[in-house]
Amino acid sequence: MPERSGRRGRLAAAGAFSLALIALVVAMPAFRPGLHQLFPELREPIYARASFVTLTIAHLQLVAIATGFAAAAGIAIGIAVTREAGRAFAPLARTVGTIGQTFPPVAVLALAVPLLGYGSAPTLAALSIYAALPVLEATLSGLGAVPADARDAAKGLGFSAWTMLWVIELPLAWPLMLTGLRNATIINVGTATIGSSVGALSLGSPILEGLSASNPAFVIEGAVVVALLAITIDRWFDVLEDMTPVI
Amino acid sequence: MSALLSALATPDARRLAIRNPVLLLLCVVATIALVAAGFLSTAPNRLADGVSLPLWQAPPALAVLVAACLGGLGCLAIRDARMSDWAALGLAAGLAVALLLTASFFAKTLIVAGHPAQRQALGPAFWIAFGVAGFAMLDAMQRLALGFPARAACLFLLLGLFAGLASAGTFDALSLTREFVSHRTLFVTALLRHIALVGAALVVSILVCAPLIAVVRRGGRTRAAIYSVLSLLQTIPSIALFGLLIAPLTFLAGHVPLLRSLGVSGLGVTPALIALVLYFAFPLVRMTDAAFSAVPTEVADAARGLGFGVRKRFVAVDLPLALPVLLSGLRVVTLQAIGLATVAALIGGGGLGTFIFEGIGEYALDLVLVGAIPVILLALAADFAFRLVLAAVETPR
Repeated sequence: MPERSGRRGRLAAAGAFSLALIALVVAMPAFRPGLHQLFPELREPIYARASFVTLTIAHLQLVAIATGFAAAAGIAIGIAVTREAGRAFAPLARTVGTIGQTFPPVAVLALAVPLLGYGSAPTLAALSIYAALPVLEATLSGLGAVPADARDAAKGLGFSAWTMLWVIELPLAWPLMLTGLRNATIINVGTATIGSSVGALSLGSPILEGLSASNPAFVIEGAVVVALLAITIDRWFDVLEDMTPVI
Repeated sequence: MSALLSALATPDARRLAIRNPVLLLLCVVATIALVAAGFLSTAPNRLADGVSLPLWQAPPALAVLVAACLGGLGCLAIRDARMSDWAALGLAAGLAVALLLTASFFAKTLIVAGHPAQRQALGPAFWIAFGVAGFAMLDAMQRLALGFPARAACLFLLLGLFAGLASAGTFDALSLTREFVSHRTLFVTALLRHIALVGAALVVSILVCAPLIAVVRRGGRTRAAIYSVLSLLQTIPSIALFGLLIAPLTFLAGHVPLLRSLGVSGLGVTPALIALVLYFAFPLVRMTDAAFSAVPTEVADAARGLGFGVRKRFVAVDLPLALPVLLSGLRVVTLQAIGLATVAALIGGGGLGTFIFEGIGEYALDLVLVGAIPVILLALAADFAFRLVLAAVETPR
């Protein structure tokens, strides 16, 4: 997809990847004969503990819920520390955002296990907390980049603090915030995959089971679907960013 | 406490004489954690669920020491005193040390003779209060506007103190220490393997990316195509990329004896290294491109006017001007590599991730920490080293 292919090209790419993903997930059982030929030594060439439809939906749920929490927390904290009453917290919030992002996401997931046990809970918590950091950073830089002229003009027009935030600041900060959300979502798709190592159901489940049971077919199935899912989500963000007016 | 919180919420905090609302919030969080959550947990063996013990059951002198540090910080948060930020920095460091000492000696008092399998693990209250101590130190340093050297000095002072206490055997009763000690030789191997993997990936990707950068700098359609392929690769989850490389590499190693004799195999270091290089291509190419694009044309023209040849211009003009951007690019890539190398343990790539995934599999949560804490420290150390080099590169200008 060349950079200048325009809106229609982006939309077409996102749509094509979505269709390919849906087709692959739904038609996975049809690949059985082919995989049997590729890996004749395997008794079961298709992951059967859960269907790929279930796995994909579970994966998407994890990512959606965690990214939702992360977005709410990151944006709320970002807004709170840029208001007059919360300004004292801004330097600390910025430092936490920067230092926190040097932590590898796997390590954050590992730290959540002793506190929350096994299953979806530690994965959701780790995903939500970790993904909040890029959103927070993006919100802070987005709100920080709002020109002082725009604020002064709004004040001159008699805008209240809330109206100013809603009508002036957030729309101007939105392009940067969207980039932060995109990073957060892509990181979450990856970390949710590793989340199956602590017992969360996701597209990582066939990969990890394939690795531990020496079943390369399971690994390939999970890896191809999750890679396609990540690319599809990324393409939709591309469409969304393209539709965001640059003011 | 609710009065303090509502005072926090009022916009005019100065009238209520709250000097530092950040510190106050941190103190409230630590107090709630220490009162409500377990400080240590004790279990008959490595796998059993522990009994959680609160701070007030610790030896009184130590519990009082923790409370005094926290109370002192609370007072400094509310009232203005002379040198309050320095005092807060000292008290926050004191709180961290007091927490470590309390946990260690509290754990020693819980040891029952004749039960060598017994475990004393650090509880959530310890970790939250320890985190609060760290944030309070950061906040004090920011308020004091301490420069990079002063912050580094504080860090090394505390690290030295920690190393001294550790070598004196202070922490021996804690399960984290015991887990670490019982894996000591493996730990050194895993740490070196982790660093070697990250280093090798960096070197290989720089070599692989150099021709790509040359192509990209020429512009045109290939540039756009290279960028879109590399950015797509970036979005693929690490474990999926590792997994996709296993089958082809196994096939190659099985059918090309030369590759097999070179040590190429489907599992282990080969797929890990290839995947890391594939990930690094995008940030490396893009940032190098950006760094050299940022060299002003007038400067390049001036160098040409002075009769500089292509090579001399590159070494004397382009490289020094592009260096800060290049270094920040390398910083991002290195930090990412430390995390990815952790995941590589799942495909037999070794490294610190081995402990994490082994610990998760065996339900040995302290073993998870033996992997996770050093990974984080390694990332922080790499970040620190890059900031140090960046500061050195940027000062002359």
